[in-house]
Amino acid sequence: MALPKYTEPHYRIWHYMYIFICTCVFFFLIAPLFVIFPLSFNAEEFLSFSEGMKNLDPDAFSLRWYKDMIYGTKNPWGLAAKNSFIIAIFATLGSVILGTVAALGLSSRHMPYKGLIMATLISPMIVPLIISGVAIFFFMAKAGLAATHTGIILAHIILGTPFVVITVTATLSGFDHSVTRAASSLGSDPVNTFMKITLPLILPGVISGGLFAFVTSFDEVVVVLFLAGLENTTIPIQMWTGLREQLSPTILAVATCLIILSTLILVTAELLRRRSERLRGINI
Amino acid sequence: MSSETRQILTTDGIPLEVSLKKAERKNKIKAFLLVAPLLLFLLITYIFPIGDMLLRSVDDKMVTEMLPKTFKSMEDWDGNEMPPEEVFEAFYLDFQKLVEEKRDGKLSTQLNYTKNGFKSILKKLRRKAKNFEEGNYKEQIMAVHKRWADVEYWRAIKRRAPAFTSSKYLKGMDMYKNEEGKIVSVEEDRRIHRVLWLRTLEIAFFVTLLCFLMAYPIAHLLATLPMKYSNLLMICVLLPFWTSLLVRTASWMILLQQQGVVNDFFVMIGLVADDNRPEMMYNKTGTYVAMTQILLPFMVLPLYSVMKTISPSLMRAGKSLGGTPFVTFWKVYFPLTIPGIGAGCLLVFILAIGYYITPALVGGASGTLISNQIAFHMKSTLDWSFASAMGLMLLAGVLAIYWIYNKLVGIDNIKLG
Repeated sequence: MALPKYTEPHYRIWHYMYIFICTCVFFFLIAPLFVIFPLSFNAEEFLSFSEGMKNLDPDAFSLRWYKDMIYGTKNPWGLAAKNSFIIAIFATLGSVILGTVAALGLSSRHMPYKGLIMATLISPMIVPLIISGVAIFFFMAKAGLAATHTGIILAHIILGTPFVVITVTATLSGFDHSVTRAASSLGSDPVNTFMKITLPLILPGVISGGLFAFVTSFDEVVVVLFLAGLENTTIPIQMWTGLREQLSPTILAVATCLIILSTLILVTAELLRRRSERLRGINI
Repeated sequence: MSSETRQILTTDGIPLEVSLKKAERKNKIKAFLLVAPLLLFLLITYIFPIGDMLLRSVDDKMVTEMLPKTFKSMEDWDGNEMPPEEVFEAFYLDFQKLVEEKRDGKLSTQLNYTKNGFKSILKKLRRKAKNFEEGNYKEQIMAVHKRWADVEYWRAIKRRAPAFTSSKYLKGMDMYKNEEGKIVSVEEDRRIHRVLWLRTLEIAFFVTLLCFLMAYPIAHLLATLPMKYSNLLMICVLLPFWTSLLVRTASWMILLQQQGVVNDFFVMIGLVADDNRPEMMYNKTGTYVAMTQILLPFMVLPLYSVMKTISPSLMRAGKSLGGTPFVTFWKVYFPLTIPGIGAGCLLVFILAIGYYITPALVGGASGTLISNQIAFHMKSTLDWSFASAMGLMLLAGVLAIYWIYNKLVGIDNIKLG
């Protein structure tokens, strides 16, 4: 953003201030995440930088908290990770299937009461999580599904579908319906048309919706706090208890792993977005 | 021309209009069937349970079912003087039944909510009632304790007769129905809920404002920079967006603690003395800082997507017509970004007003919000009907904002990432 030579001094000052403010905001956004990395390699049991770390003394760094995360007996991180992945994967599958099918119906121009139904389907995203938590807990308790994996998976399907519905309807809005008509005119049945024509074309939207659903489930703590028993503990629950009770650097080791995971998801989501925009003919 | 001649027939001889309508209906049903599984699933597991919350929050059948005869006999009593003998007899019979079923403890807890002092006199009645003689229950009950001869207590029982109550909602606003049935506020120093509602609104408002002030310049920068730079900077927005909420809260806990990085920095530049480090966590400051950073991406993304569509030639046109950069910005650029501002602000406000995790971890006692109170009643006091009432009051507020949002930007215009 080079300024033209004729810029007057006070605009020049204003421009540099603007750049400075932007830099500060970007720093504020991203810097907190990077505090976690070095501290997770702390050799001592504190959550602040030791003198040795400030002097970059190699002895001040260690992998002990990562070892504790994997082998530690006190912390059921292994069980939590297993549960988190099982729950997130099934919740994502459920959300993607229900959400995609519903989005197909919603994008049809024949759909009656579109606004009302859309609002209902998206409501779990808008209603504060605490209220969703209370309502879902009442249902699961009545259905006898509290403190079961099934109950938590169903709860996460509720929370995940709005994202799938939104991303898939967005992808379908640029969808050329004449290709499906062409397929039917060539004798393809609706299921075949969907699998061979529609699905491959809307796949980027479906996957990015699925990523949202996965992250929602993997990161969800409010509803799980109401539903989970000791057997169903998840990574967020373990982090929540850890942050409330004993702040140990093991949490930072876990947090580092989670940041790496979210970076991977971010890269995938970005690539998908660009691909889908390219497919829709939007130049980026 | 007569209407018959205008009517167009299909090859089957059916009027085209009818045939078309049939096809339309078929398509409608087809589209609806696709939506039906999700709609049904959400209705059963989500929408109806919210309705269930509504029932729970006004439900007061417990006492009604425990004292059926008493309430029936009280129907004719106007509540001005002491109730007649029938009421006492009915109450005695109901109470004896509850004692047999060992449910009198529940009754005393419930009646004590309505008026303090029921617990002890019910206990006394239970002890004495074993030796009651048949007939003239009025005298016998009134002799147990002087409060049983006080008409106030009988009025308090009568107040619990309806099967539905608004008391939980009133309690949520620190109000209650007094003896005369008027709605009054509790004493000044016991108004904990009003403080919480106001604090929730205040924090949500200021977090939204802070997010807007910080997001506007960077969204503008992202939208005007060449693609190759802005894509790189976009990562700064998207990485926090995709990172676990608990991880981000944890990093703020590390930064803001007394021996944390921010305090270290303040000491280093000499802003504060080493032995006088300010408390930045477990209070409102912590809630503000952490919530602003966590919700900032939700403001940047809608702003960015609107700013991206504004052509730079508009600014050039404004300048060429003699506007200074500030005037052009204010008269041309800013009005065009208003849809994005509305979307971002309402989104952040809705999210902030229902925030739970971050305030619970970094907020301490002075930084907690209404959601924390709901969770507290769900988990600790187990007063689920009160938690439901508070939740629905919050929901009503959020739905009002959601409705405005829908009117302003349309709910299907939400952009994710």
